[in-house]
Amino acid sequence: MSSANISPPSEIKHPKSFLEEVIAATPGESHLMNCIQCGTCGGSCPSGQDMDHTPRALFAMIAAGLKEHTLKSNTPWYCVSCYYCTVRCPQSVHITDIMYTLKRMAVKEKIYNDAKAPDFSKTFINWVENYGRAFELGLMSMHMLKHNPFGVFKMAGMGVGMVTKGRMAFTPTRIKGMDGLKAILNKAKELEAVA
Amino acid sequence: MKYNYYPGCSLEKNAASYHISAMAIAKPLGMEFVEVDDWNCCGATEYVSLNLIASYALIARNLALASKNEETKQLVAPCSACYLNLRKCDSYMSESPTLAEKVNTALAAGGLSYKGGTLKVRHLLDVVVNDIGYDAIAAKVTKPLKGLRVAPYYGCMIVRPKLGQNGSFDNVEYPKTLDKLLKVLGAEVIDFPLKSHCCGGHMTQISEGTGYELIRQLVKGATDYKADLMVTLCPMCQLNLDAFQGPMNAYFDTNYNMPVLYFTQMIGLAMGMDPTDLGIGAELVDARPALAKIEIEVPEPKLVIKKPPKEALPMPSLPEEK
Repeated sequence: MSSANISPPSEIKHPKSFLEEVIAATPGESHLMNCIQCGTCGGSCPSGQDMDHTPRALFAMIAAGLKEHTLKSNTPWYCVSCYYCTVRCPQSVHITDIMYTLKRMAVKEKIYNDAKAPDFSKTFINWVENYGRAFELGLMSMHMLKHNPFGVFKMAGMGVGMVTKGRMAFTPTRIKGMDGLKAILNKAKELEAVA
Repeated sequence: MKYNYYPGCSLEKNAASYHISAMAIAKPLGMEFVEVDDWNCCGATEYVSLNLIASYALIARNLALASKNEETKQLVAPCSACYLNLRKCDSYMSESPTLAEKVNTALAAGGLSYKGGTLKVRHLLDVVVNDIGYDAIAAKVTKPLKGLRVAPYYGCMIVRPKLGQNGSFDNVEYPKTLDKLLKVLGAEVIDFPLKSHCCGGHMTQISEGTGYELIRQLVKGATDYKADLMVTLCPMCQLNLDAFQGPMNAYFDTNYNMPVLYFTQMIGLAMGMDPTDLGIGAELVDARPALAKIEIEVPEPKLVIKKPPKEALPMPSLPEEK
């Protein structure tokens, strides 16, 4: 995949290809252009068997410029962030970080195939953006209502267990500096748009 | 030693026993924790899937708040996901001036700033084994966990990835610190091959089959090795292995019954503390039969159903939805 025509990430201002786009959107040195297609990543992946493409195949697709194909793949959404691939990659490719980049791109372009995982992230973050802390009961119930209403019955036993053991909060906690946090996140999102 | 302490959202409620037990062992072991004032969620693995700069700014707010403490530049997180997020943000802000500049422009909107490298982000296990040390802990053991067979379970984010100059405080694939600690406490420690495999994180909510399979492998592994219980150091791992063990059994029609406790609870027990003072009894998979093996009696857990306050119902809604 390596090519002499690809600029180092810090110099990519106007990405000319999908590969450069991915590199530019990943923090630090992703080393993506160093991928030698060895497949150590897929072989190390605990959820690889449920992925549409192994990470190796996905990187070949990125290099080939198959943007829509890549962003529609369920692969990034099935990444469990365990970093096995990242520590084993002989070329030090920041594979897990690239999976996050692909998720962000798919969300931005709204071209994911299954909305379940992106919706989970959005619901989780909605609580954080408004209260400053995560809220498990709100997250679980809102997510289940949307994507798995009958799952509520299957999960009833566990839910009762969590409540009786005092492990489930009924109300979210709001941090004191919510105004400051909101200002920070709004500013960050403005900068995101520029990048 | 004094440390800034970042509990993280899980330790407020679902993993309260981890927090309680960490606080209980802190004083006798000589650790002084100062909770980061008004800390916020680290965004887990969710925010960075949606927004890059906002997710790093969210984490950096905590780093900025903690760095105000002039007495210590150490920041301890008991949760592996929080630990990785805080560590990664600190490390990437040091390495990437572009990211650091954007994050600081965002932080400035809230009157804060952070310079990468100011704090030293540590996991609670790292602090316990490396700052306090095995010898000091051994000296405090009054009730060795002799006869208890335990599976040390690290999970993924405590040891991976390698970041910055320090890399990782333990081996990225075959860590040994928890094994050694549990041996010091007197337990019989199995050589658990799945010790740094992933518990699946949020996968139970995204794809049941994928999530439950990862939980099944871990619980089966510990059961096959005839462990009495699994010992963990991450609230997400504990939640998946303990609370989701029931739904996992239902999914695969299996009957596993593997209790999961925190390493801080094991330290407390070995120091002769009362199990209830360590939050033991909040597990969904009962740990009492396993602990009875070494003559630790845990009283029948009393029901702690608290009626939600009136103003809590109906479910609080998010502003956008009004």
